[in-house]
Amino acid sequence: MIGVNVEITPLPGIGTRQDFMIRAGRRIGVITYRDGRFELILSKASDPDSCAASIPLSPEEANTLAGLLGAPQLVAHLREEHRDITGITTRQLPVTAFANRTLGETALRTRTGASIVAVVRSGNAHPSPGPDFLFENGDLAVVVGTAEGLDAAAEILHGG
Amino acid sequence: MIQLGAVFFGLGLLGRVAWKMGISPIPLYLVGGLAFGVGGLVPLHGIQEFTHIASEIGVVLLLLLLGLEYSASELTTGLKRSWMAGVLDLVLNAAPGAIAALLLGWGPVAALAMAGVTYISSSGIVAKVLGDLGRLGNRETPVVLSVLVFEDLAMAVYLPVLTAVLSGVSFFGGLTSVGISLLAITVVLVVALKYGRFISAVVDSPDHEVFLLKLLGSALLVAGLASQLQVSAAVGAFLLGIAISGSTAENATRLLEPLRDLFAAMFFVVFGLNTDPNSIPPVLGIAVALAAITTLTKVVTGWWAARRQGIGKMGRMRAGAALVARGEFSIVIAGLAVASGQVDEQLAALATAYVLLMAILGPIAAKYVEPIGEFFQRRRQTV
Repeated sequence: MIGVNVEITPLPGIGTRQDFMIRAGRRIGVITYRDGRFELILSKASDPDSCAASIPLSPEEANTLAGLLGAPQLVAHLREEHRDITGITTRQLPVTAFANRTLGETALRTRTGASIVAVVRSGNAHPSPGPDFLFENGDLAVVVGTAEGLDAAAEILHGG
Repeated sequence: MIQLGAVFFGLGLLGRVAWKMGISPIPLYLVGGLAFGVGGLVPLHGIQEFTHIASEIGVVLLLLLLGLEYSASELTTGLKRSWMAGVLDLVLNAAPGAIAALLLGWGPVAALAMAGVTYISSSGIVAKVLGDLGRLGNRETPVVLSVLVFEDLAMAVYLPVLTAVLSGVSFFGGLTSVGISLLAITVVLVVALKYGRFISAVVDSPDHEVFLLKLLGSALLVAGLASQLQVSAAVGAFLLGIAISGSTAENATRLLEPLRDLFAAMFFVVFGLNTDPNSIPPVLGIAVALAAITTLTKVVTGWWAARRQGIGKMGRMRAGAALVARGEFSIVIAGLAVASGQVDEQLAALATAYVLLMAILGPIAAKYVEPIGEFFQRRRQTV
């Protein structure tokens, strides 16, 4: 699979911009704000430095869009497997509070009972991450657990 | 208490008008202050003690929240990327203010103060304008933000110098003050980069009340200490803000923003209250000239900085226009200068008129630079 070159640009005081050039000749990407909001950006065809669209998305909306675009096969596959196991479900959660920290530091399984089974970074899935896995800004964790466990995990991954 | 209540309520109404008009409320607060107080419609005497302390707290909170916005790593990245543009920015934009003060015969101290007034772009207004115009994803935006980072760091060095000079300290005293502040800034940046989490942990607390008290307490303590060391209180607050990072910084920002808005609004009003509106007309012509010149110099700065990053012509214009706005820090600097009593009274009038013009002109320039730029591009193509 040919990798896509994602450009990561810090926006001091605001957050991070991650975007890449698509074959249609425009730049598309996401601004991740420090407070967890997202903004989907698309450059103008006539002026690649400028934005044709800058669409604000709440974390839940971004999650939904990511689910539509990001690793739908992975999550759908997991959901299929879990359908027979009552009470267990899978969710893709943004890891905003643990950028530059390891998976072990989240202590997610100890604190919530939920487990991170994969991390989606820039559209690529990193399966079975160990406790030394270092998170980066913009990562999405695929978490498995009970509904309450997943709620707790969402809070931890967002707020520390 | 009635006067105070009236002032706050009035500020609220002014803020609402500003919000509806889509402009920053700072010019309206200034005008509100001008309308009352010294030489205005109704002098407000009873509230002076409170407003004096409130405006000092306002400055501390303004700078604290500015520091909280940045993480130490963002500062160092911004610095590395933009130092040349930052120096150009400094030279081009500080000079007009200094020259104006010297031409008016106000002396070198006032020149130093006016240099700061015309130099610093308002980070608050610029960030808000870029967000409102949907330009945060533009490729010239990181350039603009890096220039702002450089300005904020430059201010951290400039304010102690200004404070020292205003308190009548000798040249060597001023140097010592700069030395201490440079040392403090470096120490804080290093500590924040390596041990930021410990500082955040000390201040942090799950209970909002405790958190708020610890935050405010530490901000005022550090600001007061800094002030004692002749390293301006505002810079102390700024450095504390940088040292606090991560989710602590986010929670702190959320908790403190309302307080900051309250006290900062008070700061602008107090500045306006202490400025005699009758002293503005004589300096209005100079203010307009300064506004025109420094708009041009900011556009040149932005153009040059964006060109270095390989951004196209429209992006360069947008970058330049975005930097035009001046606001809160120009008034902070003018406020420091005037409070010391070392500068001509008319400096307050000139600064007020200048900021009024630029705080309104800035967002307008940023908004209309695209249609204007496109108009010229089309003309050139048809010719």
